[in-house]
Amino acid sequence: MTDAPKAAPATNSRAGTKKELSEHFKTYKHVWVFIECEYGVIHPVSLELLGEARKLADKRGVSLAGVILGSDANLIAAAATVCFEHGADLVYTVTDPTLAHYRNEAFTKGMTDVVNTYKPEILLLGATTLGRDLAGSVATTLLTGLTADSTALAIDDEGSLAATRPTFGGSLLCTIMTLNYRPQMATVRPRVFGMPPREPGRRGEIIAHPLNLAEDDIVTKVLQFVADRDSNQSQLAYADIVVAGGLGLRSAENFELVKALASVLGAEYGGSRPLVQKGWITADRQIGQTGKTIRPKLYIAAGISGAIQHRVGVEGADTIVAINTDPNAQIFEFAHLGIVADAIKLLPALTEAFRKRLSVNRLAS
Amino acid sequence: MHIVVCLKQVPDSAQIRVHPVTNTIMRQGVPTIINPYDLFALEEAMRLRDLIGGEVTVLTMGPPMAEDSLRKALTFGADRAVLLTDRFFAGSDTLATSFALASALTKIGQEFGVPSIVFTGKQTIDGDTAQVGPGIAKRLGLNQLTYVARIVELDRDANKIIVERRAEGGVQVLETRLPVLITMLEGVNEIRRGSLESAYRAASAKIVTWNAAAAGITDLTKCGLKGSPTIVKKVFAPTPRAEKAHQVPTDGLAPEALADAVIAEIFSRQPSVESDLVRFSAGQ
Repeated sequence: MTDAPKAAPATNSRAGTKKELSEHFKTYKHVWVFIECEYGVIHPVSLELLGEARKLADKRGVSLAGVILGSDANLIAAAATVCFEHGADLVYTVTDPTLAHYRNEAFTKGMTDVVNTYKPEILLLGATTLGRDLAGSVATTLLTGLTADSTALAIDDEGSLAATRPTFGGSLLCTIMTLNYRPQMATVRPRVFGMPPREPGRRGEIIAHPLNLAEDDIVTKVLQFVADRDSNQSQLAYADIVVAGGLGLRSAENFELVKALASVLGAEYGGSRPLVQKGWITADRQIGQTGKTIRPKLYIAAGISGAIQHRVGVEGADTIVAINTDPNAQIFEFAHLGIVADAIKLLPALTEAFRKRLSVNRLAS
Repeated sequence: MHIVVCLKQVPDSAQIRVHPVTNTIMRQGVPTIINPYDLFALEEAMRLRDLIGGEVTVLTMGPPMAEDSLRKALTFGADRAVLLTDRFFAGSDTLATSFALASALTKIGQEFGVPSIVFTGKQTIDGDTAQVGPGIAKRLGLNQLTYVARIVELDRDANKIIVERRAEGGVQVLETRLPVLITMLEGVNEIRRGSLESAYRAASAKIVTWNAAAAGITDLTKCGLKGSPTIVKKVFAPTPRAEKAHQVPTDGLAPEALADAVIAEIFSRQPSVESDLVRFSAGQ
């Protein structure tokens, strides 16, 4: 990603620059998705990316491939099947005992070797802690361009990847391209794209590639993996109902009103970026471009103004309900249902009304 | 032990305004700050120094005015500051930035001692890429530890470090050898208030200032625009959605009545939410 402040003028001398792609890079074909598969579980973002990458591959008239690195051949074979059923034509696999846990050295080598051997034109990764750790190393090793946290991917008229992301703390969007290097790399956060439909029985080709790395050659050792006891970290992104608060709540105490409503609804709660900076919520509860992207059925935003940084994180919600005292708040530009009211008064009333309604329903059933 | 902290001076992004007509950034008078994520890295570096001795050097690349952030870091308690500034660096993307910083780190090693640990913040608040840290590590061949929540052990005799790293769905405890590059997670410590003594020292301290040549960079094609594979094709404001929010009438309604009206609207738009909720409450 280009450094935001220096990217300022849209009339930048760089904009529109197009040199001829070197002969060497012209042989790079096909769209790839790195399949994040840890401890036998495919991260949903990888499948979401396959869905979006399928469209890019079709537009380019090329194949879509997944790349799976791991240590367990059976788990990798099962994961490959899942990839085929979510749109992949090919799956490249690297199976080696050193890939049992994610480690930068081994995964970077595996990934760059496969790229250098089979030469994809586009390589997408999920913007998870793993994906970002890996993407930066791979792009630097390959000396190619990498766009972080893209919120939209497209193929332009000349066949290049156009990756769009918010910039300047989320006041504007910018489209970034890697015209003269391959592969064109981008990361995308979980839930920016929806889950593609699964096509049971869809099959593809598996191509295995060796790693050629001995455990003794790897300096970093995983001593332990402690799974989160509070697994809310990942639940927020995948929750059906999310209730969130912003600075309009005015105090950390009032944020409890958000939690109370979430509790009645069996929902996850979160907040806008300033709340993390103020210490009202922890960073894993932040919703927006630099926090979690969510796609719930119902999203209730209380006292959130709706800056672009927040907007791109919630736009995938089916129904957005916004409560704000300012009738001109930006959030009313993209919410479906707006209520010009003080969230501090309305939230407890909503909590109580939902509670009543649900207990009536419970008695009836 | 020598520790280097890479930090960046960034606009206080909350205060950036976009010109409503031209869609350009109005940067006049926007205050700058040290990237907040970098402060966790700086504090961790100083904490280690206080524990085992040594020096903390802060390094930044930016325009001459980035000196302000370096002086601020000296006020907090850093021992030395290096400013990398040259018009050849203008327009650097993350690949070109990591090249310039890695070159400066090599030069710092020659001049002031090879660092055992290079720290960066998790990411910046303006670029938000989290790519420069891994880029530096790869270029210098440092062992890379990202999203570090805690340094568990540092054994200088054995040249060994153990850290807790925030991973997806859990915490990885990793052991590796020095030298390392660590990107520090936010919220893991609290930046100290600088002493009066360090404030005096910072005010008069000499900032080591290098241009590309002084940092030992000979290949300028790897710097700035030329060294950046990514191209900003366009910058634009998002298109407003065709339909604005349907406003629930609030006139004179008490919160209770308004809440009922809102719930009725939600259920009529999203009937499945109602059935989901009924199922959820029945299971309680």
